Amino acid sequence: MAQMQTVHFNLNGKDVERTVDVRASLTDMLRNDYRLTSVKKGCEVGECGACTVLIDGEAFNSCIYLAVWAEGKRIRTLEGLLGPNGELSDIQQAFVEEAAIQCGFCTPGFILTAEEILESGREYTDEELRKLLSGHLCRCTGYENILRAVKKTMYQRLGKEVPQV
Amino acid sequence: MYDMKALYQAADVADAVALRLAHPEAQIIAGGSDVLVQMREGKRAGAELISIYGLDELRGVSLEEDGTLRIGSLTSFSHITQDPLIQKYVNVLGEAVDQVGGPQIRNIGTIGGNTCNGVTSADSASTLHAYDAIVELTGPEGVRRQPIHEFYIRAGKVDIREGELQTAILIPKESYENTFGHYIKYAMRNAMDIATLGTSVNVRLSADKRYVERVRVAFGVAGPVPLRAGTAEALAAGQPLSMDLAERFAQAVKEDINPRDSWRAARDFRMHIAVESAKRAFIESVKKAGGEL
Repeated sequence: MAQMQTVHFNLNGKDVERTVDVRASLTDMLRNDYRLTSVKKGCEVGECGACTVLIDGEAFNSCIYLAVWAEGKRIRTLEGLLGPNGELSDIQQAFVEEAAIQCGFCTPGFILTAEEILESGREYTDEELRKLLSGHLCRCTGYENILRAVKKTMYQRLGKEVPQV
Repeated sequence: MYDMKALYQAADVADAVALRLAHPEAQIIAGGSDVLVQMREGKRAGAELISIYGLDELRGVSLEEDGTLRIGSLTSFSHITQDPLIQKYVNVLGEAVDQVGGPQIRNIGTIGGNTCNGVTSADSASTLHAYDAIVELTGPEGVRRQPIHEFYIRAGKVDIREGELQTAILIPKESYENTFGHYIKYAMRNAMDIATLGTSVNVRLSADKRYVERVRVAFGVAGPVPLRAGTAEALAAGQPLSMDLAERFAQAVKEDINPRDSWRAARDFRMHIAVESAKRAFIESVKKAGGEL
């Protein structure tokens, strides 16, 4: 008999509750119970970053986070960044403009880590941004365009011009 | 789904102790970045888990009345790095744990988990050894405090007794006062890698900043458990600062370390990088302390 538990949390701005198997990862719950398929199943051991979500504003690999730990937390997935009519957020738009996407598998995770970085309201150097983005693997783009998209949005949000190299 | 037999979630520290006694075979899980990965790999498949992740009373850094720095065992690496007390008193610890895994791992990984899994490569462990940290364990008989070098028994084995859990890591004032340190992680990648060798040095200079009053150096992966290089520490204590001293200090670490050959690196290579890292970390620590070489 599976051990079940009811968890209450805020998901993309909405208070929700769910009774889940205690063996479930947060990835399992978000994908299977809420159909939030932006949360990708990649390595499932916390190495690739494809399953990244924001929990109380910090980026976590949801594959190595128990679903029951969501109790009382505020969880955001890529779907939560969209506007009321499905409009792309600035960081998503920047990924499109900078061609920071190819197959798209790593993209939701990258964008959520980028969101954590951007919400700090700080200005980072390229070196710092590379380190802050280093918990994600991308097998297509080679990272430069991703870095550019994050950097561009960082300057936009800070109300500054993107420095020309 | 994880292959887990049962999950017991502790409500507070006393409850965690009660759960430990009731389920002696169960594995404690803090952030889970080791335990859940091992479970996924099949090493801990079918295990019972006691989750202490919800115990917020074990989070945060504070200063006790006597000046002891208290780090709650569930404090995440990223929170340690950002903590003003850590930045002020033991800068090197915040810098060392900022090199663990990647950003998401540093948000979930805890200093308690990093030390309790008993691995020699733990990025926090060498610095905690270099600062003579005290491990606080809470069990059925109350609180027990143990020096960190006694806490490590052998590779993968630490001294956590029946019913106990680690509740804090303490750094005494006489240990951190007036010190500046530097950590060097030698690894193949800049992120998401395990140290081939970790070197943590901290120095306390004389008032005129011309002499080494005290220096500490500890290594990860230079032996089965993290270890101090006492010969090098004794050699440099009380000596006037010079590049020659940095060189002799670094060479002396060879007396105390005992790295092994592994698929990551050969023993000889680890000996080589231990000397070089000790030298560089010493020089950097002296600079941070305001000294000149």
